[in-house]
Amino acid sequence: MSTTRPAVELHGITKRFPGVVANHDIDITVAAGTVHAIVGENGAGKSTLMKILYGMQRPDEGTIKVNGEVADLHSPSDAITRGIGMVHQHFMLADNLTVLENVVLGAERLHGIGGGARRRIREISDQYGLGVEPDRLVEELGVGARQRIEILKVLYRGARILILDEPTAVLVPQEVDELFANLQELKREGLTVIFISHKLDEVLKVADAITVIRRGTTVASADPGEVSARQLAELMVGSELPVPELRESTVTDVPVLTLEDVTVRDATGRAVVDGVSLTIHEGEILGIAGVEGNGQAELVEAIMGMLPVESGSVRLGGEDLAGRSTRHRREMGVGFIPEDRHRHGLLLESPLWENRVLGHQTRSPNVKGILIDRAGARRDTERIVEEYDVRTPGIDVSASSLSGGNQQKLIVGREMSGNPKLLIAAHPTRGVDVGAQSAIWDHLRRARAEGLAVLLISADLDELIGMSDTLRVILRGRLVGEADPATITPDELGSLMTGAAEGSVA
Amino acid sequence: MISNLLAKSYARTVIAALVALVFAIVVTSIVLSVSGFNPPSTFQAMFDFGKEPDSVVNTVNRAAAYYLSALAVAIGFRMNLFNIGVDGQYRLAAMLAAAAGGAWALPAGLRQIVIILVAVVVGGAWAGIAAILKVTRGVSEVISTIMLNFIGTGVIAFLLSPNRLAAKVAGSNNIGTKPIGSSGRVPGISYPGSDLKIYGLVLLAVLAGAAFWFVINRTRFGFDLRATGLSQSAAVASGVDAKRMVVIAMVLSGAVAGLVGMPQLLGGSYSYSLDFPTGIGFTGIGIALLGRNNPVGIAFASLLWAFLDQSSQILEFNDIPKEIVAITQAAVLLSVVVVYEIVNRVGRRMDQRRVAAELGEAAA
Repeated sequence: MSTTRPAVELHGITKRFPGVVANHDIDITVAAGTVHAIVGENGAGKSTLMKILYGMQRPDEGTIKVNGEVADLHSPSDAITRGIGMVHQHFMLADNLTVLENVVLGAERLHGIGGGARRRIREISDQYGLGVEPDRLVEELGVGARQRIEILKVLYRGARILILDEPTAVLVPQEVDELFANLQELKREGLTVIFISHKLDEVLKVADAITVIRRGTTVASADPGEVSARQLAELMVGSELPVPELRESTVTDVPVLTLEDVTVRDATGRAVVDGVSLTIHEGEILGIAGVEGNGQAELVEAIMGMLPVESGSVRLGGEDLAGRSTRHRREMGVGFIPEDRHRHGLLLESPLWENRVLGHQTRSPNVKGILIDRAGARRDTERIVEEYDVRTPGIDVSASSLSGGNQQKLIVGREMSGNPKLLIAAHPTRGVDVGAQSAIWDHLRRARAEGLAVLLISADLDELIGMSDTLRVILRGRLVGEADPATITPDELGSLMTGAAEGSVA
Repeated sequence: MISNLLAKSYARTVIAALVALVFAIVVTSIVLSVSGFNPPSTFQAMFDFGKEPDSVVNTVNRAAAYYLSALAVAIGFRMNLFNIGVDGQYRLAAMLAAAAGGAWALPAGLRQIVIILVAVVVGGAWAGIAAILKVTRGVSEVISTIMLNFIGTGVIAFLLSPNRLAAKVAGSNNIGTKPIGSSGRVPGISYPGSDLKIYGLVLLAVLAGAAFWFVINRTRFGFDLRATGLSQSAAVASGVDAKRMVVIAMVLSGAVAGLVGMPQLLGGSYSYSLDFPTGIGFTGIGIALLGRNNPVGIAFASLLWAFLDQSSQILEFNDIPKEIVAITQAAVLLSVVVVYEIVNRVGRRMDQRRVAAELGEAAA
């Protein structure tokens, strides 16, 4: 197997997007007839790399060789011609068509749309043990079967090199095992599989070779027989990464935010936040851990006054916030870093200085009386750009032209302005590059030392554990557990989050 | 660099409008040729007629009404509210203001102000109905304002009868409100070479445009309004009370709509009768689109529209159907929407590339 030419060779691949370098100096050699895993964190550049290999993006630099020949891929059809096929993470199937119709769609010339195509589909299905029935309607099929159709679609078009983008993300464990059996079958027939994932256990189980990508470049190759999941994780994250950690405690006994038995119901009457009580003190960061969709977003919106609280009380300092508008709460000193910065944090088409005004449009230095103080807002935007290291050519460019990390730094800078008492930070470092992440943590630590109370919501367990003074776990709208960030491990926290281990780990 | 960028965004708008205009002229030319008329001589005839002094006066007077109507629409558009009801709002407002002006013999100065105030209040209140329905019952303002147009027409027909607010106009079959006495009129402005007068309240339109610009761009309220239009979710998170904004913007839009009939009422017809112009509210929607909801853009758009309307009158003398101008107007509208989107998209991409390039240089 190693005597043949490599199926795919990537050399010095570099791809830049406005404001960010997605890939640089990527070197990967994939041997024919192997399952080659490419692992990396979210945002490390895996998807961009695969889009380049599949002809959806063109690299700014570097060469791609397929079966030893230099390939200049302009479009997915170029890639298909060279025998490269892609199975996307999100299926691209028409539900109300049959399997046969889905497979031949766009490839009608190969074997027609009737008996010939049906025969070919059966052949492929039998050859690789996919178990696909050509005349079933796609809407009747489960997720695993749909994925096999996607694989079959690619094989039908003559692919010998398959790219699978996070194929296990949508599968339950049994389906994962079936998929892996299919992959072994493909390998046995001499096909090459490029398998993208960040689930290390699965990668170790299925891959023949592993390439680790970090911050847009290849940092290591590993042999699955010789490396442990822990070592892989270290390679993925990199030792020079900023570590979220708090030094000495700055927690005081002055309560800033007090929630008592807060309940929020959705339109159907279900309690999405159910009897939540908590207190955050000056100089304290309280982290909320939970699988997404367990009431975190609603809790935040209730505190901000964007959702009505059905029962219970929310108090800031000594004051009850019942009946106070979102604006009033902001004026009282609540800063808000929203989970979805594009939906809730920015006016994408507006210039940066107008985004500085957003959420602070009743306060100095943005306004004078009923008028917008353009000069003041602009000056203060310059200050934020400077202090928070927002990479931009000026404050008149639209927010949409900045990279995600720089947009986030602008938001953090804005929400830290005007000496807030309470900061609600929902996923403050989601989708930002490592430099911005480290900077945002620094700002949180500094503000905490100055007495800011922070409600931190994050899906990044290391961030939660490292940055919190107190940890609470939310499950189905209820606070179900409390954990000591000094001693808990991400594994333990993870099992608390899924409700596997009720109670406290202290 | 600041002026550079500003120039760019204005440049985009201007380029889009010019391309649309050229496109419309091409389309009109094709239609004319196909119908057997000579396009250059037709345009020449329209242009010659349009620049006659009487035509200029009529164009400006008509443009003033269009301008106010488009301004009213633009207030809603700026926060993604579609006030389709400007038509009903201005007609009802003009009718009641005319009735009040005819009935109350107040001293000069006060009388004009009261008439205009009545119009503003009626227009705002009529639009307010749609706003209240939207924030309390979730009724789309598109539907409710369209229906309110019909109801307005009915109310006007009911009130405009001899036993109620109207009287027969002497020497005709027309009926109208009691004419406003001379103390309630606004004198016109002479234009050299014409016996017609430019309505004095054309200046009111200019004033309204300036106020619109100032409120939208310089005040906190304007910021909230624009933010709501750009991203309602971001505006709500920033503390904007979305429902309150809907009510205020809608009422404001209706109030400006109330002004639409004023230049003519106080400067020309002095009474609201059956032949008071209708449909200006719908024209305003197109003009607001063409003018990109920008007070300067709308000014150019209303003048263009009024000019086309006015100069089309010569066509019938040349046996050319004057509906040909409707084709021109429609082509301008359709193409400006498309062209602006394209120009804007290209511009945005250029922006992003420029930002990336400048940052790349800074890093190197």
